[in-house]
Amino acid sequence: MNGKSELYVSSRAIGLLALLIIILPIFANSNYVIRIAALVWIMGLAAVGLHILMGLAGQISLGHAGFFGIGAYASAVLPARYGVPVPLAIFAGIAASSLVAYLVGKPILRLKGHYLAIATLGFSLLVGLAITSEVSLTGGPDGMDVERLSLGGFVIEAPMIWYWISGILLIGGTAIAVVLRDSPTGRALRAILDSEIAAASMGVDVARRKLQAFVIASVYAAVAGSALALMNGFITPDVAGFMVSVEFVAMVVIGGTATPFGALIGAALLTTLPQLLASFSDYQDIVVGLIIMLSMIFLRQGIVPALGQLFRRKSR
Amino acid sequence: MSTVLEVRNLSITFGGVVAVDDVSFDAPRGEILSIIGPNGAGKTTLFNMVSGLYKPRTGTVLMDGENVSGLSPFKLARKGLSRTFQNLQVFPQQTVLDNVMVGRARWETTSLVQDLLHLPAVARQNQASRAHALSALERTGLASHAHTIAGGLSYGVLKRLEIARAIASEPRVLLLDEPAAGCNAVETEEIETMLRGLAGDVSIVLIEHDMKMVMRLSHQVLVLNQGRILARGKPDEIRSNPEVIAAYLGTHAKEVEDASN
Amino acid sequence: MSQLLQFVFSGLTVGAVYSIVAIGFTLIYAASDVVNFAQGEFVMLGGMTTVFLVTLGLPVPLAAISAVGVAVIVGILLQKLAIERARDASPVTLIIITLGASIFIRGVASLCFDKQFHKLASFSGDAPIVIGGATILPQSLWMLGSAVLMFLALWLFLEKTLTGKALRASAANRLSARLVGINISYVLALSFGLSAALGALAGILVTPVTLTRYDIGALLALKGFSAAIFGGLGNPVGAVVGGLLLGLLESVAAGYLTSVYKDGVAFIALILILLVMPNGLFGSKLVERV
Repeated sequence: MNGKSELYVSSRAIGLLALLIIILPIFANSNYVIRIAALVWIMGLAAVGLHILMGLAGQISLGHAGFFGIGAYASAVLPARYGVPVPLAIFAGIAASSLVAYLVGKPILRLKGHYLAIATLGFSLLVGLAITSEVSLTGGPDGMDVERLSLGGFVIEAPMIWYWISGILLIGGTAIAVVLRDSPTGRALRAILDSEIAAASMGVDVARRKLQAFVIASVYAAVAGSALALMNGFITPDVAGFMVSVEFVAMVVIGGTATPFGALIGAALLTTLPQLLASFSDYQDIVVGLIIMLSMIFLRQGIVPALGQLFRRKSR
Repeated sequence: MSTVLEVRNLSITFGGVVAVDDVSFDAPRGEILSIIGPNGAGKTTLFNMVSGLYKPRTGTVLMDGENVSGLSPFKLARKGLSRTFQNLQVFPQQTVLDNVMVGRARWETTSLVQDLLHLPAVARQNQASRAHALSALERTGLASHAHTIAGGLSYGVLKRLEIARAIASEPRVLLLDEPAAGCNAVETEEIETMLRGLAGDVSIVLIEHDMKMVMRLSHQVLVLNQGRILARGKPDEIRSNPEVIAAYLGTHAKEVEDASN
Repeated sequence: MSQLLQFVFSGLTVGAVYSIVAIGFTLIYAASDVVNFAQGEFVMLGGMTTVFLVTLGLPVPLAAISAVGVAVIVGILLQKLAIERARDASPVTLIIITLGASIFIRGVASLCFDKQFHKLASFSGDAPIVIGGATILPQSLWMLGSAVLMFLALWLFLEKTLTGKALRASAANRLSARLVGINISYVLALSFGLSAALGALAGILVTPVTLTRYDIGALLALKGFSAAIFGGLGNPVGAVVGGLLLGLLESVAAGYLTSVYKDGVAFIALILILLVMPNGLFGSKLVERV
C-alpha cells in the first residue's frame, strides 16, 4: 500500500467514523446506550492519544491513566475548591498535564521496554496515590462531585449533548493522528519505532521527538479525562489507577498499533464488552483480563491487521 | 580540493582492549577514501566514533574546519554526515520510499504544530521530500520497490536502500560500511557507478572487503590492522606495499592482480 | 535510636516480602526473558487462599500447604496457557499478557473470596519481643527466618541439584540448553511454579502482620520489580538486597517523613534507580553493537 492510498483509506475511515457517530443515536433506544457510546468516544480519544505514543513512536506507557486523572481532577477540583470557571479549569488541566508530561518525560523516556513500562506505571500510581491522599482537595477514595460545564446559563449535562461533544472531539483527535502520520514528525516517530540508531543517524532528534509524542498523548488523555468528569458529574480516583492504565495500553495493542482506528476498536471492545458480558461489576475484572490475554495470544498483531488479512483472503 | 572531514588521533578502548589506536586521516571533498583491513581491525568502530555513536577516548573530528568532536549522532547528521551500517539499520515496518524519506529529516522545516494541523506547508514539505527520496531510489536502482515494505526484502536490496537513504540526505560526508556486501557483480558495478557519480560534492569514506572495487574506485586507501594504521596511500602504492601484502592482501593478492589488469 | 530500630525491624519484615517477589521475578526473567507482572498475585493467593480454607475449617498448616499448591497450579497454568503460546511475541505483547493475567486472577479472587481485608493468626502469638529498646513481633521473626531459609534452599537448589543447574543453563542460553537435552518446557514451568510457591509462602507468612486483600498484588508486583531492578534484573542476590533495602527505605520514610505517601517511596526510588543505575547495583553494562 503506497503512502497516498494509505491517507486515502484513512480519510475514508474517518468519514465512516463520522457517519457512525451521526447514525448511532437513531438505533439507540435508551439513554444508557447513548451514555455507553459517549464513554466509548471518550476512551477512544484517550486511546488514540496513546496510539500516537505507542503505535507511532513505539514507546510503551502504562502512565496514560495518570494524565487522564490529571485532566479529570483539574476540571473537578479547580472549580469546586478555588472557584475557577469550568472552561478555564479544563485548559488548566490540559496545561498541567502537558507540563507534567514534559517534566516526567524528559528523564523517563531514556528508558526502554519493560523498564519504561514500569516507570510509567509507577508514575500513574503516584498520581492515583496523590489524588486518593489529598482528601480535602479531592474527596479521597470516595471521589467528588464535578460542577457541570455551562454556557450562558445553559447547563451541559444531558447524555445526548455529551455524546455529540465527545464524538466531535474524537473525530478531531483521530484526524490529527491520521495527518500527523504523514508528516515530518510522523516519519520521525515511526523511524524511532523501528530503529532509534538509524533515526538519529539521519538527523532525527530522538529525545525531543519522543518527548513531543509523550506530551501530545498526555493532552489527548487530559481532554478525555475532563470530558469524562464533566459528563458524569462525578469522578473517583480509580480513573488514574492501575486497571485503567492497563486498559488503555490493551486498547491500543488489541486493536492494532499501526493505525488510530485500531485504538478505537480496542476502546470500543474494552468499554462495551465488559458491560455486555458482565452486568455485575464484580465479573468485569475477569472479563477484561480474559479479553486482554486472549487477544494478545491469538490476535497478536491486533484486530485491524487480522481483519485486513481476512479481507485480502476473501478478495482472492 | 578542500578537506571536508578531518580525523585526528582517534582512539578508543573497550574494557582494556585498545580497539582503535591513534588513527588520523583526511577525506577531501569529491574524493573516495577506502578503509580496508582484516576483520576486527577496528574499521566499524572507527566509523562509530566519527558518526558519534561511540565517545572516543582521545582525538578530534572536524567537518569543514569545524570541531564536531563529541557531538551526538543526530547533531552530526544535521551538519551533513550520513552513514550506512554494516549490519543494517533499516526501518523494516515501513515502505522503501518511507525509509528513504526519513533521510530528508535534516532538511524538513515544518514545526510540530504545522504537522499536527496539516497546514499547506506540510503538504509541500511532503511533496519535496518524496521527490528527493524517489530520485535517490532511482539512482540506486530501487525505484521499482518504492512501495514495498522493507522488512521482506533481501539483504542486498536493503544495503542499497541504506545507501539511498544516506544519499537522500544530501550529505557533505558519506560513510559507507561495506556497501557492496551481499551484492552480486552487477549490483556492485551499479554501486560503483553511482558512487563515482556522487563524488563531486561529497566526501566519501568507504569500508570494503571487495578489493577489486576498492582499487578501482578509491583516490586513497587506508589500511587498518589491529586498530592502527598500517599504511596509507594511492591504490597502486598500497597494492605493492609489502607490509600490507603480508598482513592482509596475501589472500587477496590474486584479486588485486586481476583488478589491475 | 530505638525508634530507628523499630523502623528497621518493620522495614526488614516488609522488605523480606519484596525480596521474595523480586526473586520470583528474577527466576522467571532469567529463565524466559519474561517480566511477569502477575508476580504479586501469587503472594495474594497464598494469603487469601489460606485465610478462606481456614474459615472453611481446615487446620492452618493444611490450609497453607493447599494455598501454596493453588498458587503453583496457577503459576504453571499461566506459563503453559498464556506465556508459552505467545513465546515469540514482542516484549510489549508479553507485558500486556501478564498484566491481563494479573487483572484476571484478581477478578477471580474477588469472586472466590471477597473484597475485605483478612488476617491470619500469628504462628506463635502476638506478644512483642523487645530487642534493643524496639519491639518486633514474633511473626516478623518467622517471616525473616523463613525468608532466609527460602533463599538458602533456593541457592542450594540452583547450585547443587541437577535440575537447578539445568534452570541456570537455560537462563544463560536457551538454545544451547536445548541442544544438550534440557527440557526447556519443563524448566520454564518449573521457574513459574517455583516463583509462585515462594510468593505464596511469603504471602502466608506476612498476612498475620500486614493483612491481605484481593487487590494487593499490583502494588507488590511494582515494588518487587523495583527491588529486582535495583539489584540488577536477573541477579538473585541483587533481588534480595534490593528488596530489603526497599523495605527499609519505605519504613524509614514512613516513619520520619510521611506515612500517607509511603507507597510513593517505592515508585520514586524506582524511577531514580532506573535513571541513575539502570543496570542496578550488580548488573553489567551492555554496549550496543552496530
